[in-house]
This record gives sequence, structure tokens and C-alpha cells, in this order.
Amino acid sequence: MRTTITAWRLRRGMTLVSAASVLLLTACSAAAGGSGDGDGPAAAPNKDDKISLVVYSKFTNREYPVVSAGLNRLKAKFPNIEIKHEGSQDDDKLTQSIRGGNPPDVAISFFTDNLGAWCSNGSFVDLKPYIDRDKVDLNVIPEAVRSYTEFRGKRCAMPMLADVYGFFYNKDMFAAAGLSAPPKNTTELFDHAKRLTQLNPDGSIRVAGFLPTMPFYNNQAQIWAPNWDARWLGPDGKSNLAASAEWKEMFTFQKKLIDFYGHDRLAKFKAGLGDEYSEDHAFHRGKIAMMFDGEYRTAFLKEQAPNVKYGTASPPVSDSKPNRYGGAFTTGTIIAIPKGAKNPGAAWELIKQMSLDTDTLVELGNGLKNVPSTMAALRDPRLEVDENYRPFLTMFDGGKLLPNPTTPIGDAHLKAVNDFAERWQAGREPDLEAGLRKVDAQINDELAQKGGGR
Amino acid sequence: MTATVPRTRVNAAARPARKVPRRDRRRRLTVLAFMAPAVLGFVVFFGYPLLATVYYSFTRYDLVNEPEWIGLGNYIRMFTSEPLVAVAAWNTLWLVVVLTLTRVLFALGVALVIARLKSGVGLIRTLCYLPALAPPAAATLAFVFMFNPEFGPVNRFLRLLGIDGGLWFNDPAMSKPALTLLVLWGSGELMIIILAALLDVPVSQYEAAELDGAGPIRRFRHVTLPSISPVLLFGVVNSIIFALQFFTQAIVAGGVASGSADVAGNTKYIGSPENSTLTYPVWLYVQGFRYFNMGYAAAMAVLLFVVSFAFTAVLVHQLRRASSAEENA
Repeated sequence: MRTTITAWRLRRGMTLVSAASVLLLTACSAAAGGSGDGDGPAAAPNKDDKISLVVYSKFTNREYPVVSAGLNRLKAKFPNIEIKHEGSQDDDKLTQSIRGGNPPDVAISFFTDNLGAWCSNGSFVDLKPYIDRDKVDLNVIPEAVRSYTEFRGKRCAMPMLADVYGFFYNKDMFAAAGLSAPPKNTTELFDHAKRLTQLNPDGSIRVAGFLPTMPFYNNQAQIWAPNWDARWLGPDGKSNLAASAEWKEMFTFQKKLIDFYGHDRLAKFKAGLGDEYSEDHAFHRGKIAMMFDGEYRTAFLKEQAPNVKYGTASPPVSDSKPNRYGGAFTTGTIIAIPKGAKNPGAAWELIKQMSLDTDTLVELGNGLKNVPSTMAALRDPRLEVDENYRPFLTMFDGGKLLPNPTTPIGDAHLKAVNDFAERWQAGREPDLEAGLRKVDAQINDELAQKGGGR
Repeated sequence: MTATVPRTRVNAAARPARKVPRRDRRRRLTVLAFMAPAVLGFVVFFGYPLLATVYYSFTRYDLVNEPEWIGLGNYIRMFTSEPLVAVAAWNTLWLVVVLTLTRVLFALGVALVIARLKSGVGLIRTLCYLPALAPPAAATLAFVFMFNPEFGPVNRFLRLLGIDGGLWFNDPAMSKPALTLLVLWGSGELMIIILAALLDVPVSQYEAAELDGAGPIRRFRHVTLPSISPVLLFGVVNSIIFALQFFTQAIVAGGVASGSADVAGNTKYIGSPENSTLTYPVWLYVQGFRYFNMGYAAAMAVLLFVVSFAFTAVLVHQLRRASSAEENA
């Protein structure tokens, strides 16, 4: 009898557990479904509407008040709108807020590489209905910048400011080495690097003419790639670096520089260099003579190392691609309305102002030393341009910029290639093509997870 | 007798009415009321997430849209086409083995030394415990600085002795040992627990063993170890779980060593150098929250749960067997 009762209890227990499981799984499914934002654009606020707009950005320290001032210019049009600018909010926190159903009204991100992932899964609102309604002419923004702010024709962000990655060189070191002009191609870059490198008596590196280690500072595959005209994805949307002569040439050149210094010697030298965004940055300290970096470095140098005499130029390009000279890698800050934003209509007004208003862009460009993302702001006489900033504006205006492709896999492709570069430069990938094939497989595997980028 | 009762389905109507005495019923309700907070907590914070994770592991889920059922797709990907999960699993396995052994032995060694001290015990115990209070990110930043190959005090000191200290966090072969040193430095919590167990061993047992002619090693082997074995078992299980969940120190050390402490939102530096600090939980996090492959991350989490459970179960079983064999001997 006891067994019978036990069996009955067991069955009852199993039934309850099953029912609970089904309930829980149903709850999971329900929790997963987000509220779809409507297709039509939200109405613009009335002039006197009292609205509080929450803005997430990653700006801190010197840059935070500059951006806050730019955001608050909206008050000229909407005096009762209050802007709550929350700085130090990275992309992880932003994603979390969207997922949790409590996003800011406006999101500003430095990492354009994440745009494809956000755009493909609907984390950001499609801005096309707003652009159509307000008859915004996007042609005021250069084509390269437009391309990194949209995903497969879906515009879910606007560019706020752009970054252009040029070439920095130390003028004093150039003079001491008898060099008069920055290198224009890889042959000259290699020659300059040799002549500018200084060794300690024990053979260790005191000053590296050019530090080729990847990824380190802005010495990264995606920043080198445009100088070789190396493209990430083929026409089929898949990675095929192994078949690209440009990628092979780029990595062969990098290895040549690595071998000149010696990998272990470079590794030890690199380990002693300061953080990228601190005043101990190697270029500030005169530990490296040449480097690739963004235009914003001019502001860091002005503030953190005002005594360094340096020049800027277009980055040197592959010997086989001389017509690429004057081009560069570009990326930038993006601004968007997250899914679930409480005041999308007012958010769009703020986005329009931060991405298209010339006065605001000039003010931000002067304060942050980033390149304004519209041609009107770029050519505005109020934009403070010194001799080191000018080359970046020239590159921006030159029509040869190349951004990263916007993919649904975030920066997974960048990690795959930079991981490969680490192994390659250490000599742990003896076969370049075979190594690149593995990179292709890894990137394509990530792309496949998104259903080919649905 | 009960085993012979035939397993027949009992009709509910035919079932004899069982009248539970009122006192028993009240007692059961009281027990249930006392247990309710714990049961609720278990269901909400363990049961539901566990079931949800298992469910998501069979889906393609990007955290924003509804999950799409793909069966075993994530598990197949894990074992066939995704290369970094194996690298991350190997790094974590390395940490599980090395970190567990060294952490328990180091904590035991320090505790044994402190237990024998005659004076200054309080101060030294406090000094040994203090690093455990340091926030992991701050401790890692300090450690990466201390072990900087060029200007770090560790290599400077080693250079005085004529030793080339190596690249530590900048060398894929040395980054995990460097992380292990960081963990050992912060293992004061386990040291305090083991010290408490050591001080709890009855002195009379040592005296009896000494009268029987047992030397220090035999006293340690036959008196100390059996007495503190449950605590050591806890230390081992705790260290395994700690190693399996190793996250903050790995992600910070990799970022700082790569020249940029800015790893938030930026996956390129994670795992540096050469993915030697890419642990399983770090890769799970990247897949789930950076690449929005939450279904795949859930599959990784399920595997981690199964492995953790298996590790712990086997270990507890083995140590219990060893312990009972010791008692019988």
C-alpha cells in the first residue's frame, strides 16, 4: 500500500513539476518578446512641452562638459526640455538598459562596430520615417560616414562626429635622423622606421621608429587595412581574406617590420609603454617616433604633452596602391534612439541637432577635436583648424575614406583578425594563407549565427 | 513486505480516505511557512534561471527578439565550428587544475605557519587576510603594474638578483601563472577558514600521537589532515568553482596588458595576449552580451553547469571514500 501511495505521490509530484516547467518556459518566452515600437515617427514635441530627455554617452572628464553643452543647445528651440546627460555609460550598460526595458531616450556610442548588431536585432529605432517626414538630406554627410551608420539600408543611427585615422610623427626625431618628410608608402615607412629606431647598450629598444605590434594602441588590422585597400567582406557578404592579395601584402609587410625589431624584443618594449589614453602614451613620452592614430590625439597631445613637436599627414600606403594615398580609415561616434525610448519624438529633435546642426557640430568639433560629420560644418570658418588638424579634414573631404563594414556580428571579425595578427607576428602561424583561411572560417561561423545576417 | 505489494493503479474513489490529524496538518503548514522564503528564493533565483538557460540553449536568441527554436544547433556549433570555445575551455581547465591545487596548498601552508606563531599572530593574520578585501579589478590593475616587465618592482627586484623576470601578463605562456599568483595573493579567506580548522584540532590528539612516537610529518598525516579534511574538501570545491567562474581578473589583465584599459564595449583586447586569458566565462559573456548570441551562451552555460556539477560530485565522492578509508584504517 505504501508503494502505491508513494507512486501516486511521485506521479502527482511529476505532474506539478511538469506544469511548473511549462509555466516557467512560457514565462521565458513571454519575457523574451519585446514590445515592438511603432513604424510611424513619433510627433515632434511642442515648443513649450516639459520633457526630460535621458542621454547615455561614454564621455568623461574633459569631453563630458563639451558634449553636455552641445546637447543643451536644444533648449534654444525647446526651452522646457531638460537634458539629463549620463556620461561613462558603455555599450554593455546601454544594451542592458534596452534589454531591461528602461533605455535612455538617446544613446551615443563610440563603437560603430556594434551598430550592425544593434540594428539587426532592432535595439535601435529605424530613423527612416523621421528622415522622410522632416525631408532630411543625408547627402550633406560624406558617403563613407553614411555607410558606417546604416545596416543593409536600415538607418538606425546618425553620425555625431567622425574620426579619421592619420599618421603622426615626431618632428624633433625626424630632424635628428635627417628626415624631412613623413613616409608616403611602405618602403619609405620601413626605411624611416629603421633610421628612427634607437637601441640601448644592452640591445633593447629605447625608441621604436614605428611599433608594428598588433593590436596595440591604434595599430590594429582595421586601421591598417584601408592603406592596402584590403576589404573585409566579399560581394557575397562573407569573409574571404585568404583570397585577398591586399591582406596578404599587409601582413607580410607587418612581419617584415616585426622581424626587423625581433618579436621578443618588441614584446618587452611594448610591455613597458603607458596606457593609450594616459599621459604616459608612448608617443607623448618620445618612445615611438611614428604611429597611426585618430585626429583626437591632437587634443590629447595639446593637453598631456604640449612640448612634443609633431606633425600629421595621410598614412603611408602600400607600394602597389599609390592611388590610396590621401585616404584613411574612418569611424566615429553614433547617436540613436534605443528601442523602448520614452520620448522618441523629442529624441529625434536632439539627434537632428547633434548630427546635422552646423553650429552644434562646429562647437563640438572645436571642443573635442573630432571631425564634424557634415560638409557644411567641415568648411565652416569658425572651425578652429591648426596645421596638425588640417590633414584630417583634408582626408575627410578627399573621398578616399574606408570604414569597417557594418555587420550583425559586432566586432567579432575585428577580434578574429587581430587575434590572428598576434599569432602571426609571434611566428605561431607559419602559413599566412592557411591562417587567414581559419580567420575566414571563424568570421563566417559568426555570420552564420545571425542567419547570414538577418 | 512492502516490496511484494502489486503496483496497481489505485482508483481515487476507491482510495481509502486518509484523515490527516489536525495537529499534523498544522505542523506541516508551520514547516512549510518557515521553508517558504528559502523555497521561493530557490525557485526564483536558481530554478527559473536554470530552466530558462536550458530552454534558451536550444534557441537562437539575440536578447531583444523572441527566441527561435533551433534544437541542438548551439551544441553542434560548440563542438564543431566555433574555434575559441575550445581555447577558452582549455584556459579554464588549466586554471581549475593549477589554481585549485596551488590555492589550497598555499592557504594551508600559510595557515600552518600562522598556527605555529607565538607572537604577532593577530597582525600577521590580518596582513595575510587583507588582500582578500581588495576589489578584484583594482587588485588586478595593481598586479599588472607590479609585474610590468620594464618598470614593475617585481622584475626590478629580480634584475638585482641577476634574473630576467620575463614578460608576465604580456606573454601567453606566463599570463595564466601570473593570474594564479594574483589569486594566491588574495586567498586570505580560505587561509582563515583553514586556520580556524587547524586551531580546532584537539591538542590531546597531538599529545597522544607524540607519546606514541609520531614525528611532525606523521602527526600532520594522521592527526591534522583527517581532522581538517572536510574543510580542505570545502577549499577544493570552492577553488574549482572559483576557477570555473574566473572572469574579472582575466578580462582586466588582458585589457591592461594590451595597452588599453578600455575593454568595455570593445572585444578586440579581450583575452590578450593571444587569447591566453580568454576564460570560458569571459567568452560566454562576449558571445551572450557582445555578439548577442544568447542562445549559444546559454548552451555554454549549460555545459559549464554540467561540468561543474560532475567535477564537484566526483571529487566529493572520492574524498569521502578516502576519508572513510582513513577512519577505518
